[in-house]
Amino acid sequence: MTDLRAAVAAGALGSEESYRELLQAIVEVARAIFGARASSIFLHDEETDELVFEAVAGEGSEELVGRRFPSSTGVAGWVLVTRQPLVIEELEQDPRFAREAAESTGFVPKGLMAVPLLHEERALGVLEVLDRPQEAAFSLKEMELLGLFANEAAIALDLLQRAREARAVLEGEDGEAAGLARLAARLAEAEPEQREAAQRLIEALDAFLAASSGPPLLDDSL
Amino acid sequence: MATRQEPAHLGDPSLPAWSLPAGEAQRIAIGVDWPERVTRDWAFGDAAGEGVRVCILDSGVESSHPLVGDLEGAFAVVKNEDGRVSVAEDAEGDLCGHGTACAGIVRAIAPKASLYSVRVLGAGFKGSGPVLLGGLRWAIDQGFDVINMSLSTTKRQFAELLHELADSAYFRRTVLVASAHNMPVESYPWRFSSVISVGSHEEPDSLKFFYNPSPPVEFFARGVGVEIAWLGGGTIRSSGNSFATPHIAGICSLILSKHPELTPFQLKNVLYLTADNVGGGS
Repeated sequence: MTDLRAAVAAGALGSEESYRELLQAIVEVARAIFGARASSIFLHDEETDELVFEAVAGEGSEELVGRRFPSSTGVAGWVLVTRQPLVIEELEQDPRFAREAAESTGFVPKGLMAVPLLHEERALGVLEVLDRPQEAAFSLKEMELLGLFANEAAIALDLLQRAREARAVLEGEDGEAAGLARLAARLAEAEPEQREAAQRLIEALDAFLAASSGPPLLDDSL
Repeated sequence: MATRQEPAHLGDPSLPAWSLPAGEAQRIAIGVDWPERVTRDWAFGDAAGEGVRVCILDSGVESSHPLVGDLEGAFAVVKNEDGRVSVAEDAEGDLCGHGTACAGIVRAIAPKASLYSVRVLGAGFKGSGPVLLGGLRWAIDQGFDVINMSLSTTKRQFAELLHELADSAYFRRTVLVASAHNMPVESYPWRFSSVISVGSHEEPDSLKFFYNPSPPVEFFARGVGVEIAWLGGGTIRSSGNSFATPHIAGICSLILSKHPELTPFQLKNVLYLTADNVGGGS
């Protein structure tokens, strides 16, 4: 018998890797389609109320992943809190903003497009595309295209978060899933007699749960 | 609401008419002399927004900005440690620039409107829902004529309350002008029919706007390549429904300064009749 906990944890970890690759693929394609200098996806970390670089294509891609900044900072912050996509051009004309932007992008962009990543009712993060070719005037078509990428990125980000949560539960000390995972691990390590007895107990528990999961008792109050 | 003139025969405007007894039609006489054809000249020709109180519900406003000018008031909505939301005078200005940009657009269109800032954004993402709701409720209680909301929420738990607030604003003659989404997303309050929802068109004309016969987005205003006020006194070019919205808020201010007796329903009609694709634009 394999170690169930390790197996399930490996599954969650594996999917986390896949979703990260998917996010990376999305920013790579977004960058290529828009002919942009860079593209990034930020995840909103609800615990710390920060935006975190999850995927970066193009300039700054090496060192930026994992970097964090407060969720109310910069254009990404505006987009997150207002839930509204935004395009800004001629950024370099403002030295103060250029410096701030550089801190969150790794370089001073001339312009950027940013769109919130909305999935169901949550704002999960922000997708940015930086420095499209200057000769290409911005139009609403670009905004629409960016919206399509954002939709895809939001789904991938949601899956990534779920995979991480699943892993945290499996690796954590508390919670029902952690208890079950520990039980599975002990079962795998048990002597044959012990395992047989444990198996009977589990079957009895299974039968008990199956019997008590019938239709709920009706509440006769109005 | 000192600047709006209520029709005298209605008495206290906070007391709605619930029914109409026989022979009392004069009680609800409409205080607007509607022309045969509503034109822009009738609607807002020569108007500058004088006497109209416009609230920018956003990230604050940098009042010293040359494109914004003086504010009549600036307030910040904060969530206290006990979880309650309170409103206090705001001395911090704008924390990110979004509100300043919106205020500058309203000012450019309605230079004599009285601008107020109510800051509900900028202090992080957490708790932003209750702050937004608290700020909107407070702004409606102040009786502003126009509230610009270049923002939205996707949280369904806030939708019902937002809907109530939007309807209460509508009945109390406060016009909510809200940014629509250009993505297929369920967000609020722009989807409510009691607000004026705004998307973008691409033409570089600040007074050009269109009625959309395929809602939920009701109007399109200038939202691409807009010169916006930027923190530190500068300007920058930007695009988004966030900036289309204050164009309509500014045009509403012009109309209300000329026709202060209009209800939000009537105002929306005037917008419709004067939209570029309806005929009143000429």
